[in-house]
Amino acid sequence: MTTLIRRTSGNRSRRPVWQEPPTPLGQGLKAVAFTVLVAGVLFPLWVILVTSLSSRETIARAGGMVVVPRGVDTSAYETIFAGGAVTRALWISTLVTVIGTAIALTVTVLAAYGLSRPGSLGHRWLLAYFLIPFLVYPPLVPRYLVVTGLGLKDTIWALVLPPAISVFNLVVVRGFFQGIPSELLDSARIDGASDFRTLARIVLPLSRAVIAVVGLFYAVSYWNVWFDALLFIDRNDMYPIQRVLQSYLLAGQAPHTSGSSSGVTMPPTEAVKMAVVVLTVAPIVAVYPFIQRHFVKGVLIGAVKG
Amino acid sequence: MSEPAVLAGPERARPDAPAPPGRPPRRRPSRRRVPLRTRLRRDWQLLAMVAPGFGILLVFSYLPIAGNIIAFQDYNPYLGDNPWQAFAHSDWIGFGQFQLLFDDPAFWDAFRNTLAITAFQLVFFFPLPILLAIGLHNLLSSRLRGLIQTVVYLPHFFSWVLVVTFFVAMLGGAGLLAQTMREAGMQPWNVMTNPDTFIVLVTVEAVWKDVGWGTIVFLAALSTIDQNLYEAAAADGAGRWRRLWHITLPGLRPVIVLLLILRLGDALSVGFEQFLLQRDAVGRQAAEVLDTFVYHFSIATGNYGYGAAAGLFKAVIGLVLILAANRVAHMLGERGIYSKS
Repeated sequence: MTTLIRRTSGNRSRRPVWQEPPTPLGQGLKAVAFTVLVAGVLFPLWVILVTSLSSRETIARAGGMVVVPRGVDTSAYETIFAGGAVTRALWISTLVTVIGTAIALTVTVLAAYGLSRPGSLGHRWLLAYFLIPFLVYPPLVPRYLVVTGLGLKDTIWALVLPPAISVFNLVVVRGFFQGIPSELLDSARIDGASDFRTLARIVLPLSRAVIAVVGLFYAVSYWNVWFDALLFIDRNDMYPIQRVLQSYLLAGQAPHTSGSSSGVTMPPTEAVKMAVVVLTVAPIVAVYPFIQRHFVKGVLIGAVKG
Repeated sequence: MSEPAVLAGPERARPDAPAPPGRPPRRRPSRRRVPLRTRLRRDWQLLAMVAPGFGILLVFSYLPIAGNIIAFQDYNPYLGDNPWQAFAHSDWIGFGQFQLLFDDPAFWDAFRNTLAITAFQLVFFFPLPILLAIGLHNLLSSRLRGLIQTVVYLPHFFSWVLVVTFFVAMLGGAGLLAQTMREAGMQPWNVMTNPDTFIVLVTVEAVWKDVGWGTIVFLAALSTIDQNLYEAAAADGAGRWRRLWHITLPGLRPVIVLLLILRLGDALSVGFEQFLLQRDAVGRQAAEVLDTFVYHFSIATGNYGYGAAAGLFKAVIGLVLILAANRVAHMLGERGIYSKS
């Protein structure tokens, strides 16, 4: 019955009877607006990908950036993966992301569950303690002095530990946990399960969506770490990828601009530069679509409840 | 390190203590007078779970907040072997750093830039996610809507380094736009290095990065609006614009107020990395904001006490702004970020 209704009614009939049909002008404007929007996001990605995969001649003929691909040339990627700063930075960033996300997720999930049971000992005080940093940011200069004072400078721990708990993510996960029917948790307790066991066996299996989303948030922030690396990492061989990207593309911006006007052959490095950009974007674009569908389920439910 | 800290916490927390400010009164636990020892035995696992997060916040949030105190010192990093010793040996000078700060024209330039950028973004950025959310919400095809959402959320996950790189690749001196204009025989615009249009550039960048992401919360609010209201309004003869004005926008009002408060609380922090990354290309005059000022006049130069003073000034103003905005919201009958307990 339901399938029959669904088949006969297309998307159109989801419009309630009282709603006016759209005007052609409105439809057209909407189509234009959304096309521009989607193209505005995807076009730069496309141009950069194509340029990174273009041969020296193609780039020279196009005059810099390539919009229409002419054959695939992977020499830029071969240059990068032959070893050197970019390969090393990708490795460091991967390490920071994996270790950081694992630690941050563990800390956040534990704290979120510990704070999710109302009426437990010191519950309100602890909650206030965890929420205050949301309003008062740790100031830059003392933060720098604390991290260097702990001897974390030039280690990956300077990048991993300070952001290992984000109050926003904590609130989201806690809200999600509170949405789990308390009868379920109480019955586990009556059956003799400890809090740790309840968390591992009952709460976590029900919370895959929110764990995935918060894990993505953490992973992305660790992958994107740039400023903390500027502060805490002085050694070139410890640079994460964003720092290398910045020195390749932005710090080198001025000489590059003046070079192109005097006709110096830049094309090969241009492809390599764009390949660095692609490699920086790739992990995000690869993981994101699988987790994006959980956004609404995971985050909004958590955030609204929190 | 974190373990004794958290165990010290609950002892201070009397079960019948007044609720800390900033939380609505929760369901009062039914067993009020359970002895502390019993509650400790019952809840120790929950406390142990909280401990790691407690410790990290203690070291990396609370300790730096307390460290603001060096704003009142003539902090000399070369005293002693590490920052702790330097702190212990540095001289106290009261408000000296603040006096220097308020006499520094560079500081007031950064202050003005920050406020100008905040105001500009409030007008030209803030409404866009609302409009986009309404547009998306009115799309009938849910598959198309999902596709567009997937695409427009994506840039939020790019770092500022990437976003600026994209803009350089598209609009910079060697970018696609300049290249196209040169081919067409025109003088290319210098968008990325022009201090006069910098404020527009950073706003466009911010829009590109976050306009899609900003829609999420509005879409959630839109989905909670009662459809019967629309039907009733339509039955009463309200057209689509009247329904938008009288049902959709009032439905979004609490969220809009909430986000406005949060934005005002952040009025003095306009996004740090974006400005630090572009400051050299554009010049200090246009691109120095308070955050980059703190960085350049402390960590980059070793004048920590001065930077700490600037940071503390900014933090205090930010906190005052957010409390004031929340108060105004209460007076207007909105919930704000927290309600009075």
